[in-house]
Amino acid sequence: MSKISLIIQREYLTRIRKKSFIIMSVLGPLIFAAYVLIPMYFATLEDKEEKTMVVIDDSKLFTEYGPEGPEFVIAGTEYLKFQVVEGVPIETFREGFDESGYYGILFIPSNILASESSLIYSTKQTSIEISEYLEHSMDSEIEHLKLAQHEIEDIERILAEVETSINVRNIKWTKDGKTQESNTGVIMGIGYLGGMMIFFFIFFFGSQVMRGVIEEKVSRIIEVIVSSVKPFQLMMGKIIGVGLTGLTQFLIWMILSAVLITGLKMAFFPELNRTPTEQVVASDLFEQGAGDQGTGIQGIVTPSEEIPEVGDLDMAQEIFASLKSINAGVMIGAFLFFFIFGYLLYAAMFAVIGSAVDNETDTQQLIFPVILPLILGMYVMISAISNPDNSLAFWFSIIPFTSPVVMMVRIPFGVPWWQVALSASLLVGTFLGMTWVAGKAYRTGILMYGKKASYKEIWKWLRYSS
Amino acid sequence: MNLITASAVVKDFSGHRALNQVSMEVPEGSVYGLLGPNGAGKTTLLRIINQITAPDQGSIHFNGQPIGPDHRPMIGYLPEERGLYKKMKVGEQALYLARLKGLSKHEAMLRLKVWFQKFEIGAWWDKKVEELSKGMAQKVQFITTVLHEPKLLIFDEPFSGFDPINVNLIKQEILQMKEQGATIIFSTHNMASVEELCDHITLINESEVVLQGKMSAIREKYRANKYLVSFQGNPEKLSKGLDPRFELLKLEENGMGRQATIRINEGEGSGKLIRNLVEITEIKSFQEILPGMNDIFIQVVNDTIQKKGS
Repeated sequence: MSKISLIIQREYLTRIRKKSFIIMSVLGPLIFAAYVLIPMYFATLEDKEEKTMVVIDDSKLFTEYGPEGPEFVIAGTEYLKFQVVEGVPIETFREGFDESGYYGILFIPSNILASESSLIYSTKQTSIEISEYLEHSMDSEIEHLKLAQHEIEDIERILAEVETSINVRNIKWTKDGKTQESNTGVIMGIGYLGGMMIFFFIFFFGSQVMRGVIEEKVSRIIEVIVSSVKPFQLMMGKIIGVGLTGLTQFLIWMILSAVLITGLKMAFFPELNRTPTEQVVASDLFEQGAGDQGTGIQGIVTPSEEIPEVGDLDMAQEIFASLKSINAGVMIGAFLFFFIFGYLLYAAMFAVIGSAVDNETDTQQLIFPVILPLILGMYVMISAISNPDNSLAFWFSIIPFTSPVVMMVRIPFGVPWWQVALSASLLVGTFLGMTWVAGKAYRTGILMYGKKASYKEIWKWLRYSS
Repeated sequence: MNLITASAVVKDFSGHRALNQVSMEVPEGSVYGLLGPNGAGKTTLLRIINQITAPDQGSIHFNGQPIGPDHRPMIGYLPEERGLYKKMKVGEQALYLARLKGLSKHEAMLRLKVWFQKFEIGAWWDKKVEELSKGMAQKVQFITTVLHEPKLLIFDEPFSGFDPINVNLIKQEILQMKEQGATIIFSTHNMASVEELCDHITLINESEVVLQGKMSAIREKYRANKYLVSFQGNPEKLSKGLDPRFELLKLEENGMGRQATIRINEGEGSGKLIRNLVEITEIKSFQEILPGMNDIFIQVVNDTIQKKGS
């Protein structure tokens, strides 16, 4: 057996037998899902605390007088109640406002029609949901009032009739003659997920390579090993061994996730299995439009067999339909390619850092210039999600140090093949060059004990003969 | 036949010359001592022979051929900075290191069993290295150095950090391997072990060879013509009766009895001294004081410092 494969074997086996590997393999998908889902959950979390908003309506446009006194025309929500107060100046609430238990004071000036603004006084920052709810409700209230001034007969019925809500959905004609529905959000999500995974993979397993090199230096085994094999073989063996560990972990994650997703699908969306997504559209929307005024919408869009069911916009259904629309082969192929070569490029640099120090705490300042492009790539990736074809995203998906992360988010949207080829060949070329350079620095660094090298010193190492 | 020939080796590190025109010939089957103070360049030379680093100028030949990757399995190296993977099991690790040296798994296994038994560490096969005592880890390191029965064994400061029992064990093993035909190079500043083991030495100081040759020839060269005489009788009579051609350096009385250290001036034989002594005292024993390597080492290093200074 060749020496490099012995090294790969050792690196691989000692790592996958670690408890931490097994734990990460099981928890990884859960942690990753939590990482993605928890912020989403928090963002959508409704404020469950009941709040009372005092309303001072100088315009009198929003006050109705019922049996129980003045009432705000805008209905409260489950957690937001309104209480109209008359003849009290705002300043009287100021003293001891926090103890009063009120959330805020909505002040509607008498000239609201002209000024188009109202004010909320509070000691707290008003939440966006409440502001938006008030703005939206007051808008429509005033719109109604203004319309009423025109004294059009049957205005309410006409309004109800003209009210339209258009839902734009993407139907893609693929090259092989199929029609697919895709949701931009889902495609974005896939790209984002791919890019993020590459980012974490490079970062996590690159650091493992670095730690492995430091371990060999600290334990002083390094010199024994390099008397048997070339330093370059040791470095490459370690990089490949750790990379295989990563791929194994990734594979386990994929399998676990597939099981998890299938399980969730079966448990929560059983109808997805019964009704295929390619169903005849019998849209309520179209029928209504056609029935009511005969606007001829039917003539424009003929419901066809291929268009998936619109019906009630079932999120889950749309997501699974979109997942189908992405070319899984291309996606997985591209992912693996950028995953592997991105890792290889960075792992060599991490190996050099490991060789230049004597303990992990010394790595901090050396590591920064290395991961800077990676972090930059992640930021560009996030901006590229909403605009995958702008020039920033283009260039960063070509530059080798950022391309693994940025290209991933562009690929699901479709990227010209020459761009992918250019990016891929630049990445491979840079990887080869970087590994060659890294090998030179590495073989000097591993034999330097007791001092922390600077980049200036590493530069000198490159010129020592081997 | 020389197993290793180093010719005019030069190695530079940024702004510092670690080796300057170092040449060395290691005869096959010899125990070769590489001596010198810390930082003299010993480890750098050993690393070059091990192909861990390459010389900037000069060359190394192994058995007459320019040294190359094919020679790696024929060398066993115990570096000064030595260690093991702490988290790995002892046996697994020994097996791994042996296979890196080109032994088959089966062969390595057989040999390891023998060595582990010999060194009485068989029970530790499945333990992690971090559970071993330092002395036991040293045994494992030694085994992995010699397991593939290399033609050339290189030990860098083999006795530093080893406990006395292991030092003895290793000395015995080194001599045994020499008997089996191996060539051994070791670097040290432990001069006692040099006297005991080495046939040839090279003394390096400040990156340059300052003394080189057969042990016996070097000791001959540096002999100081001093003799130690144990005697019975009046010390005063001895000092007064001594011929002026002989110089009495020291006269003392200790647990061994009365002893005199006498130097013979250049050109005189020891026979004349004996004849002189017989007349003035009763000799119990008479022996030449050969210079210790330690003295030679200090003398040569001081000489070179003076030369450079002047």
